[in-house]
Amino acid sequence: MTYLIGLLSVVFLVLAIMIVSKSIALSKGIQGADDSDARVDGANNGNAFGFLVFLVLGSIAAAWSFLHSQPDFLPIAASEHGLKTDQMFWISMGIVTAAFFLTNTLLFVFAFLYRYKKNNVATFYPVNHKLEIIWTIIPAIVMAVLVFTGWRIWRDITKQAPENAVVIEVTGHQFGWYVRYAGNDDNKLGNQNYKLIDDTNQIGIDFTDESSFDDFTANELHLPKGVPVLLKIKAQDVLHSVYLPYQRVKMDAVPGMPTKFWFVANKSTDEMRAELGKSDFNYKLNCTEICGRGHFGMAITVFVDEPEDYKAWVAQQKPFLTQNPDYLAKVPEKLKGKAQKYVPAEAPAAESDSTQAAAGAAPATASLRR
Amino acid sequence: MATATLHANDAHAHGHDHEHEHHEPGFIRKYIFSEDHKTIAKQYLITGIIWAFFGGALSIIFRLQLGFPNMNLDWLKPVLGEWIVEGKLEKEFYLALVTMHGTIMVFFVLTAGLSGTFSNFLIPLQIGARDMASGFLNMLSYWFFFLSSVIMFASLFIETGPASGGWVIYPPLSALPQAMPGSGLGMTMWLTSMTFFIVSQLLGGVNYITTVINLRTRGMSFTKMPLTIWAFFFTAVLGLLSFPVLLSAALLLIFDRSFGTSFYLSEIYIGGEALPNVGGSAILYQHLFWFLGHPEVYIVLLPALGITSEVIATNARKPIFGYRAMIGSMMGITVLAFIVWAHHMFVTGMNPFLGSVFMFLTLIIAVPSAVKAFNYITTLWKGNIIFTPGMLFSIGLVSLFISGGVTGIILGNSALDINLHDTYFVVAHFHLVMGAASFFGLLAGVYHWFPKLFGRMMNNTLGYIHFWLTFAGVYCVFFPMHYIGIAGFPRRYYSFTALANNAQDTFADMNAFISIAAILTFASQAIFAFNFFYSIFKGKKATQNPWNSNTLEWTTPIIVGHGNWEGEIPAVYRWPYDYSKPGSASDFIPQNVPFSATPESNLPEENEEIANEKEIEGLLAVQNDVYNH
Repeated sequence: MTYLIGLLSVVFLVLAIMIVSKSIALSKGIQGADDSDARVDGANNGNAFGFLVFLVLGSIAAAWSFLHSQPDFLPIAASEHGLKTDQMFWISMGIVTAAFFLTNTLLFVFAFLYRYKKNNVATFYPVNHKLEIIWTIIPAIVMAVLVFTGWRIWRDITKQAPENAVVIEVTGHQFGWYVRYAGNDDNKLGNQNYKLIDDTNQIGIDFTDESSFDDFTANELHLPKGVPVLLKIKAQDVLHSVYLPYQRVKMDAVPGMPTKFWFVANKSTDEMRAELGKSDFNYKLNCTEICGRGHFGMAITVFVDEPEDYKAWVAQQKPFLTQNPDYLAKVPEKLKGKAQKYVPAEAPAAESDSTQAAAGAAPATASLRR
Repeated sequence: MATATLHANDAHAHGHDHEHEHHEPGFIRKYIFSEDHKTIAKQYLITGIIWAFFGGALSIIFRLQLGFPNMNLDWLKPVLGEWIVEGKLEKEFYLALVTMHGTIMVFFVLTAGLSGTFSNFLIPLQIGARDMASGFLNMLSYWFFFLSSVIMFASLFIETGPASGGWVIYPPLSALPQAMPGSGLGMTMWLTSMTFFIVSQLLGGVNYITTVINLRTRGMSFTKMPLTIWAFFFTAVLGLLSFPVLLSAALLLIFDRSFGTSFYLSEIYIGGEALPNVGGSAILYQHLFWFLGHPEVYIVLLPALGITSEVIATNARKPIFGYRAMIGSMMGITVLAFIVWAHHMFVTGMNPFLGSVFMFLTLIIAVPSAVKAFNYITTLWKGNIIFTPGMLFSIGLVSLFISGGVTGIILGNSALDINLHDTYFVVAHFHLVMGAASFFGLLAGVYHWFPKLFGRMMNNTLGYIHFWLTFAGVYCVFFPMHYIGIAGFPRRYYSFTALANNAQDTFADMNAFISIAAILTFASQAIFAFNFFYSIFKGKKATQNPWNSNTLEWTTPIIVGHGNWEGEIPAVYRWPYDYSKPGSASDFIPQNVPFSATPESNLPEENEEIANEKEIEGLLAVQNDVYNH
């Protein structure tokens, strides 16, 4: 902080000195040296020199600030596709940084070199087709290569999720995320309907679908390491956006239009803790689409577990129906038999049709660790 | 009297002249409800400058929150009142500030303030016309803008606060008052204001296009037009084709908000109840919005690039390099601007195949942009550069255009956009390439044409100081934002406390640095404001052509009267960039100097054009006829 303020002060100090000296030169010029040129004032050379100074100081500041910030960038991607996009990002960054320095240098150096000089005449140089063709074609080729490489990565990221992918549903709402897993038995997410939402069944799980019976919910996201995960993304009220910065995952959550994103997390929470040297580090799922006053705080904790830990955690979770047996009332008569198995024996009778009665029940939360 | 001059060429006109045309218009008709393009331009300019200070001030308030999250802001209570809660900025008001900053800067400053000022002022003066094709529509255009400004401004003061859903106002957030207070009355006022704004833009755009096509003086063929006029022309075409789409998007949103339709709403559960709306698509709004939103970027940028072309050529004392390539690349940008909009939507759940298509199209648009940058740089090469404040800001614009433009290559790549979308990397990118660059174009234009606008000069020294502080300041503000973006900081965050790894601490110093730089940059705009308003009244008297420029506006009297030229409008014989022509004694040859008068400097093909001069002069009667009907 102090360094940065110091740097800023230096920059402005240098500018202030330049300006003052120029003003002095200017006022001297006004007091009437006869050889002063009416077409420019005394500051012309100063301004030209200013561009050179700006180039030098600016380049130093750019390089220094990059090195200063680099340790705080996101660490190497913790997902398979993220490794590819990271590599592509830094290659593109290298290319554009080179272009940035080259063109800015030419611009500022030309401004300095070709400043007004008395008796000098500018070169009448209106066109050069060869030059123009060259600098149309070179960016075009570079662009084509970048687009093609980027497109191949994009195509791989957005292709159909593998058959064996673990399906997890993430639902955004003001201001948090609900997570639903397919359960231990059928490995299939049951239907869901926004009209069925109430204070307990906050996702609106549809219990006329037998696939929902073993579904369980959580308020943190557990992902198995090294296994494809397909996030089915939904929103209840306004737009949200699922953002897993460390996994380089981002996809909007849209009310009325389910979206999805599949990826392979390849670094467990423990591994990332070791890498960062921070034993209390946790991945987060943040929101990146403005959604209201709590937007900035709309996050849940994400755990990437070793596959066996993940299995153990999943096995421990109790289906929503088990935790909220009142919902047995919502199950159609012919499926009651199947649903019964998820309801503890001491559960209230199924004739209770008031789901509101269950409002006291805490939403399902369970965590294997920590 | 000036009006009478306009008609002096026409003996027949006096027969059916209206009474008022024989007199100097009264105060109201001259300064308030004026139909004179120069007055309307000044109205746009001054309104735009006032808006710019408001928009800037809003950003300073939210930069305080971002740079100094622990600061006690109670001292802002006299201004912000209830929006300060226990010494902290109210969270919803933070979003309102972000939203209004974006809306004001994009639409009210850089669209109306930039294009409204300079299209109005320069089109008639540079093509050699007495006024716009329709002075009345032009007047309406400004007053619709004024009405829109009043409504938008008033929305800042209502109890539920102004619109707060981001300047893109994506539904359902903007459609549901129960989602946030800003989506109530504030959003209604936003939509009303923008509707009038769009009407204003369309009236202006029709006028610009008609004037450029129909009212060019004799000899001013399209290939002899200054690049400024080309830029304004393309800008108007872009606006005319894309603003109606925003209007329809806004109308459908109004229907959803007020009349229970479901264009954008579907399956929503909010505030403890399930809404009945089904079948709408929130993505539809985004397509409609960005169909304007992306061309809007070029609506903002092209006039700035046009101004820069003119200022750089004049002050480098060199012809602009690759005049035709410049027109070609602007034409390319104009066409491509319509077919790249969905690159704002790579991760909205849009079909990934569409993402691929829009990635290809987006990166094509980088090529004409690169050509423009190279051409500017080559124009400086072997020039004889005079650093007027206008020239400084033009060179600054080219630098910012490059620095912000190159990261577009990264963001336009859908695979890379996944991680960077809606982070500070995007904020850095568009603030440099479109915000700051266009703002520099606006300032370059003001410094350069101030003598023509007000007949006086601005103070150069203050101009230099203003430039260096602003140029350094803008880089200090927006360059470090790239780093924050690479570190995964999302935009529109009140604070960064919920990010993993205590990220809010890692860039706390950087955020403080950015905020300090922003405050200093904003403060240095006071130098400009002083210089501007002081010079209007007390500036040094201007000469007729202070920059030794070639274009037609500098052939008008120092104080330009109604009708622009006393006597005949000059004819045009050559392109506007005959600077430092070999053989010529002077280092500039204005457009109205015939080739027959400059045999010493003519190129072989130009000698052949001498034969056409008679024909051009013969068009005088036709041209006068235009103004008599």
